[in-house]
Amino acid sequence: MEAILHAGLFYLLAAILVVFAVLTILARNPVHSAVYLISALLSMAGLFFLLGAEFVGAVQILVYVGGIMVLFLFVLMLVNVGEIEKERRASRQWRTAIVLGCVLAIELVYLLAKGAGIFSGGGGASLVEERTLNTEAVGRLLYTEYLLPFEIASILLLVAMVGAVVLAGRDSR
Amino acid sequence: MIDTSHYLVLSAIVFSIGVVGVLTRRNIIIIFMSIELMLNAVNLNLVAFANRLQDLNGQIFAIFVIVVAAAEAAVGLGIVIALFRNKKTVNVDEIDIMKW
Repeated sequence: MEAILHAGLFYLLAAILVVFAVLTILARNPVHSAVYLISALLSMAGLFFLLGAEFVGAVQILVYVGGIMVLFLFVLMLVNVGEIEKERRASRQWRTAIVLGCVLAIELVYLLAKGAGIFSGGGGASLVEERTLNTEAVGRLLYTEYLLPFEIASILLLVAMVGAVVLAGRDSR
Repeated sequence: MIDTSHYLVLSAIVFSIGVVGVLTRRNIIIIFMSIELMLNAVNLNLVAFANRLQDLNGQIFAIFVIVVAAAEAAVGLGIVIALFRNKKTVNVDEIDIMKW
């Protein structure tokens, strides 16, 4: 019963993810594209929850959907969308791009299927009983073993913030 | 029934969709969004392996990927705004000042 629920949720979230990802790259209006990407990211957060990574799923919703995609939407509002829609959407080499994308996908899926014996197992919510809270464990790791990358990440965000303000700020002429 | 290889195949498919989006579209913001799709596919891969190996390092890596993606999106969109202010376009075909 639990396995059926798990499988059903996985296929539902996977279908939503793939459908909205395809719609993201096909949509004519960039704002529609951004909203489709938001839905794809939300279903990806659902997949993270299904894998038992609750902290990563929550961070995905808060930071990726609530921060990055909102930033995208603000920039789309600043850039005049109405005139852009009249231009041609795809480059002249779109057929080659789709062929290359299919080649890449077939290569990856073939390699995964060949080594499927190694990758089988796992994938369930198998950490239910004996683990501590996921957030607590991740927090403990972040503050002990990964303290230096954590601090460097905060400096990186500061630099990115200053850089974005300088790049997009008004020309003071 | 659902094991790690399912997640890996899904990640590969989403990554390929992102690659096609980067190669095909001409609007630079949509190219950015396809790059975010590719980063998310990699995150799914990392978290799937973290689940398989019962090791939290994969999740830590995914968190740092999200942080770096946020920084990259901020700076990249700042560049896009500065570009739009000067060239009045976001079509990458028309940004060809450095062509000979």
